[in-house]
Amino acid sequence: MSSVAASNISAATAPKVRRRVRWSSLLHRVFVCMMYFFMLSPLIFVVWMSFFVDAIPHFPPSGYTLKWYESAWQNSSFMNGLVLSFQVAAVASITGVILGVAAALGIVRNGFLGSKFVNTLLLSPLLIPGIVAGIAIYLFYMRAENVLDTDIVGTFGGLVIAHVCLTIPWTVRLVSTGMAGLDPSIEEAARNLGASSWAAFRRVTLPMLRPSIVAASLFSFIVSFENLELSLALVGPGKTTLPIAIMQYLEFNLDPTIAAVSAVQILLLGIVMLVTDRFVKLSQVV
Amino acid sequence: MSKVSINKLKKQFGDAVALEDFSLEIADGELVAFLGPSGCGKTTTLRMIAGFIEPTAGSIHIGETDVTNLPVHKRNTGMVFQRYALFPHMTVAQNVSFGLEMHNVSGKERDSRIATALDMVRMTSFRDRYPRQLSGGQQQRVAIARALAIQPKVFLLDEPLSNLDAKLRVEVREEIRSLQQNLGLTTVFVTHDQEEALAISDRMAIMYNGRVQQIGSPKELYDSPSNHFVADFLGRMSFFKGNLVANGRFVSEAGTNIQVASGQKVGRIGIRPERINVGAHPESDNVFDGWVESAAYLGSLIDIRLRLQGGDILNLHVPNNASSANTAIAPGSPLVASFRSSDCVLFAE
Repeated sequence: MSSVAASNISAATAPKVRRRVRWSSLLHRVFVCMMYFFMLSPLIFVVWMSFFVDAIPHFPPSGYTLKWYESAWQNSSFMNGLVLSFQVAAVASITGVILGVAAALGIVRNGFLGSKFVNTLLLSPLLIPGIVAGIAIYLFYMRAENVLDTDIVGTFGGLVIAHVCLTIPWTVRLVSTGMAGLDPSIEEAARNLGASSWAAFRRVTLPMLRPSIVAASLFSFIVSFENLELSLALVGPGKTTLPIAIMQYLEFNLDPTIAAVSAVQILLLGIVMLVTDRFVKLSQVV
Repeated sequence: MSKVSINKLKKQFGDAVALEDFSLEIADGELVAFLGPSGCGKTTTLRMIAGFIEPTAGSIHIGETDVTNLPVHKRNTGMVFQRYALFPHMTVAQNVSFGLEMHNVSGKERDSRIATALDMVRMTSFRDRYPRQLSGGQQQRVAIARALAIQPKVFLLDEPLSNLDAKLRVEVREEIRSLQQNLGLTTVFVTHDQEEALAISDRMAIMYNGRVQQIGSPKELYDSPSNHFVADFLGRMSFFKGNLVANGRFVSEAGTNIQVASGQKVGRIGIRPERINVGAHPESDNVFDGWVESAAYLGSLIDIRLRLQGGDILNLHVPNNASSANTAIAPGSPLVASFRSSDCVLFAE
């Protein structure tokens, strides 16, 4: 009797439920599409605009051209900026990753007194506005220049050191997360088999941390490469990074050269990410 | 292989004493199991032998060498971990090779020792697989091969079977025992599983609260436990608190009269459930009437709680055989139980 009643009820409600499910999955899809549109539309429009023939972009464009890429190529401040940005990002991310791995190792493994404080301190560059940090570092460099009697502001080294501060938080975050997920007995097994602590680290722990380290290197590189605010106060005359060169150009020009430069930048970073993803599945690490 | 001498070992973490007054001589080629509930100090002791934990006091000798202050990688012990701890980025053969490389074994000798080690655990055909492609039992076999390839002075196993399912556990256990016997390995085996310890060891050390309770062969420990904890921890036993009123006559607090072998100072006696017969057995000098309070059917036997007249509880096992199948054993039904005085174990307190 009751089972008959129950089956009647389920028969009556089933189609309604199904319809509701279909509606919610449709809504879900629309929402996801909109999210992608919001995130990608600036990139799409920038790349599109870089081919407009008009010097002052308007819709619809009166034609398409590649001349802005040529003008970007011939602009020495963009090319020099690109080279400098690349060099700074490379050196800063390598240095930052080495220091960050060492810091993460100390924090996760030893848990010494004040390790939480050190952890927060190393992550703090993420919390401070770049422009504030840039000015603070600038003032610090001025003092240091007086004491050491040598140039720091405007030098390659000065810029790299500032960028290392930017890259360390990423490494500390990613590597300490990766390290917390490792079974400590694996390293113990290596030690037990006759490996000194250095050999165990190099042959066993480091390879297991490879995904985290690759991801940390990638993010460090990107953060340094596209940094504008922190670098503003620290670059010297004739030595500007690409983001600063773009900003300076924008003060007097509005033509799609900027769009072309940005498109190249998007392409370069996209390639870096795709290549990295071939070695380490980034979605599994971050 | 070498003997191991542990002398008055102690470990303190802050104020908490993890291990105290631990002394043990492990003979060359002997397998000793450390058995006890979690937190008893068995793993701490094993890790001190391996060198992962520094003792607060006491000394450890492997062979004639004092290793108390020697770093892990110079002790030449072969350890097998509970969660296998294989190197995930190396193949089976590379895992086994690692220890040999660390000991500067190279060329043909290394290849032949890898082959021997893998052959020993029947994993030769898996040499180029990665650990993630192996089952738990296979991974643990590789871990055993890896630990033995370096020809360690002592073989250390830290709950190596706990992550395996029941059938595999017995299989790998027998494999470990036969390897240990054939190679004459001096072995320490840590476990919380008493069946495992009884089945595999030459001697076992029962530990509780950071102290060794008793050391001896499985039979010694099971048949003549030296204290209440050991008797209660290992297997099942019915206990009666009370006093000796005359030589060979014990009276429990609830008033049950029990004939026992003569003893000095007795405050408690115990009897194993499998030593108790149903019915008045001719050789039994203790015969009791009681009522079945509960009966649990366990397949090969029936586990019965019998309430005696004074209120004492007797735990007995009735084998599930042709004769007992006809006996009506239901809660509330009367039952006669008997046992020999010589089967009673006497405890001072």
